[in-house]
Amino acid sequence: MARIGVFVCWCGSNIAGTVDVAKVTEEAKKVPGVVTAVDYKYMCSDPGQNSLRNMIKEQKLTGVVLAACSPHMHENTFRKAAVKEGLNPYFVEIANIREQVSWVHEDKERATQKAVDLMKMMVEKVKRDRPIEDVRVPLNKKALVIGGGISGIQAALDIANGGVEVLLVEKEPSIGGRMIQLDETFPTLDCSSCIMTPKMVEVNQHPNIKLYTYSEVEDVSGYIGNFKVKIKKKARSVVEKDCTGCGDCWNACPMHKNVKSEFNMNLSERTAIYVPFPQAVPLVPVLDRSVCLHFKKGGKCVKCYEACGPKCIDFDIKDEIIEETVGAIVASTGYDLMDNSLYGEYGYGKYKDVVSGLQFERLLSASGPTEGVIKRPSDGTTPQTIVFIQCVGSRDPEKGVPYCSKVCCMYTAKHAKLFAHKVHGSQSYVFYIDIRATSKGYEEFVRGTMEQDGAVYLRGRVSRIYEDEGKLIVKGADTLSGNQVEIAADMVVLATGVIPKKGSDKVAQMLGISYDKYGFFTESHPKLRPAESSTAGIYLAGMAQGPRDIPESVVSGSAAASKILGLFSKNEYEVEGTIASVNEATCVACFYCQRVCGFSAISRKEIKDRSGKVIKVVASVNPGLCTGCGACVNACFSKSIDVKGFMDDQIYAEIKSLAI
Amino acid sequence: MEDKKEGTVKSEGNNVSDPRIIAFVCNWCTYSGADLAGTSRMKYSDNVRVIKLPCSGRIDPLFIIEAFKKGAKGVLVSGCHPGDCHYISGNYHSRRKYAAFRDLLGFLGVDLNRIEFSWISASEGNKWVSVINEFTDKIKSLNDNSSDIFKK
Ligand SMILES: Cc1cc2nc3c(=O)[nH]c(=O)nc-3n(C[C@H](O)[C@H](O)[C@H](O)COP(=O)(O)OP(=O)(O)OC[C@H]3O[C@@H](n4cnc5c(N)ncnc54)[C@H](O)[C@@H]3O)c2cc1C
Ligand code: SF4
Ligand code: SF4
Ligand code: SF4
Repeated sequence: MARIGVFVCWCGSNIAGTVDVAKVTEEAKKVPGVVTAVDYKYMCSDPGQNSLRNMIKEQKLTGVVLAACSPHMHENTFRKAAVKEGLNPYFVEIANIREQVSWVHEDKERATQKAVDLMKMMVEKVKRDRPIEDVRVPLNKKALVIGGGISGIQAALDIANGGVEVLLVEKEPSIGGRMIQLDETFPTLDCSSCIMTPKMVEVNQHPNIKLYTYSEVEDVSGYIGNFKVKIKKKARSVVEKDCTGCGDCWNACPMHKNVKSEFNMNLSERTAIYVPFPQAVPLVPVLDRSVCLHFKKGGKCVKCYEACGPKCIDFDIKDEIIEETVGAIVASTGYDLMDNSLYGEYGYGKYKDVVSGLQFERLLSASGPTEGVIKRPSDGTTPQTIVFIQCVGSRDPEKGVPYCSKVCCMYTAKHAKLFAHKVHGSQSYVFYIDIRATSKGYEEFVRGTMEQDGAVYLRGRVSRIYEDEGKLIVKGADTLSGNQVEIAADMVVLATGVIPKKGSDKVAQMLGISYDKYGFFTESHPKLRPAESSTAGIYLAGMAQGPRDIPESVVSGSAAASKILGLFSKNEYEVEGTIASVNEATCVACFYCQRVCGFSAISRKEIKDRSGKVIKVVASVNPGLCTGCGACVNACFSKSIDVKGFMDDQIYAEIKSLAI
Repeated sequence: MEDKKEGTVKSEGNNVSDPRIIAFVCNWCTYSGADLAGTSRMKYSDNVRVIKLPCSGRIDPLFIIEAFKKGAKGVLVSGCHPGDCHYISGNYHSRRKYAAFRDLLGFLGVDLNRIEFSWISASEGNKWVSVINEFTDKIKSLNDNSSDIFKK
């Protein structure tokens, strides 16, 4: 028999001013199952909680209803108090008579009637509560990081330094991401490779990090604490452990001039067997089979094999699938630049000397195609005048994307500055819409570009660029002076907007995390849970979440790492018990539930007899994945699945209690 | 009109000028939005009784029929905005389901004016207030005091 206690809180005058608490208490006593009902000034206070505890003990209550403030306020307080008296925490129900009654209604009689109704509803619910145990899932203390840019590297190092094993999977031949393509970095102008290379090396040498480059994660299943992952290690055609990185192979490769270097943003060529850049980590080449002559022409060319001292080139190596189990995952797949060819008026692709920001980084870089001497791609001469155009594709809902790419104001100021430093007497012009330079030292940095480095900033858009006698004629508006301007430039640099890395939507689908309409991964809460994805155990870092600079990418990598280290500080992960459960006796294995479950929480389970013969197949809920949303309950025609804490009979009883 | 009501029959309330309205809301968005209306001390019609569910995806169409059977004159279903769902896709399921379900209710003879679907986020206390007030006014204006909402 249910023995229910009802506790009506005054909340000072917050409730008692509008609701007749004595009346609610009297009405409670009349409800079948209620053995005691009291009202009290402040139920959440220590004496209030004590009276709740005493009553549970003395009256041997099997459930309690608090007619008080919103459950979002004190449900946990009262649950904890009840647990101390041996009650299951889920036998505590709250009738919200403050936020949803006394604070929003004025007529005392009618407000009291509503409070009584809500109290009765909760009594009916609590009578039908079943004990719910929170579920504990064991944790495999190993982490997977997808993407080896600065954010993923930071996450991997922090986790590894915390004593946890990390698998870092990078799809390119080397880690480093975009940052290693950059020359010097705003706002302090430290050389990107000088600060990045040591980190890359540290990753490679770290005893707790297993690095998989030229690899991709192919499949992920499971849930927090227990993700099964399949990593595809693409055939490198080089035996990594024997390779010394001497370079004899790529120097011997006859494919010199045919393949564009992705790392140099197509501004130079590479061989078929190659390392993307000299400081690559690992310093082991990849043989690009799509262009290699050995694979093109029936295996004739073996020049690299002949050149290689340790004979570590193996044309027969196959893709390899590695299976691992990890407890947590970081998604840090980074970004690409938008396609500039959408902006035909700027002549990208048509005029060689119209380049993107990343191409300009490569032209500035000492390890780049021009060894750090700025040269025009068309004729190799050094430009004297460069026009920079900001907000190309960004903040342009019509043709591009509506958001601000955040880094381009800053890198343009950097480009103009470095140009002034490298080419004396040169002149740069920057077309901008607004200047967004809001982090530490950023405003000063942009000011410096204008004032010390003499860049001319013009507020307005460029309407057209065309070539005339070896010059690029840039026509635009200076909206501050109201004049049309025409600049004869030697080069044009487009500050193109950033977009999520190609294929990151596939990664999100594989991981079961949500992403926004641009493809950026979405946080579990944009403010309060910025490092977590919508799926438990999967964390986010870097530009894959949205535009951000290096310091922010590093912070987010560290944030994801600290979340994982926190998770792994325990041996088990506790999941709220209000999740779905299947009545195996009535389940007819139609798996309609599986179809509607957005969390892949439902799987097939075989029930076997003693001899091991399958006698029945039923649906089974994975507690690590189920969120208790209840979508499956409505999909089930045989009424065999229900969500604990919100069972069908409870809801019908609540409705019935409101009958008029 | 014959009386088919079950449960505790109360004579007060639930006439044309004072209709009972039941709201099925999700815990994360709409319930929090309604709480926000409270913390902001906004005032709204006291005809509504809220039943809290984890997600609008948990709201079974049969709950709505049951609510009408138990004398509700209007039923509101409210969850997070599409795309904001705490459970990612829960509210898509409910949206899809209700499109089909409305037809069924219409077939059963329920005046579709008596059912309202609305997406209210945790920050939309004001929207909760206006949805409740407008829906209550609408139900009152239907000016139909039949105790049996199913016409057939
Ligand atoms: C022109 C330009 C100049 C800039 N200059 C500066 C500057 O001076 N200062 C500054 O603070 N910021 C600067 N930035 C911004 C900076 O580049 C980024 O903040 C930073 O690189 C983001 O790092 P990330 O790790 O998030 O992404 P990325 O560097 O893009 O790294 C992501 C990595 O993940 C890998 N990856 C992607 N998908 C997969 C997959 N499916 N499987 C495995 N691996 C995958 C990629 O290959 C890549 O290695 C600049 C940006 C641009 C465009
Ligand atoms: S020649 Fe052999 S050892 Fe040298 S880099 Fe090439 S594969 Fe490695
Ligand atoms: S950072 Fe500057 S250039 Fe880039 S989109 Fe934003 S406003 Fe435009
Ligand atoms: S309650 Fe939601 S998450 Fe859990 S099994 Fe059902 S549909 Fe999936």
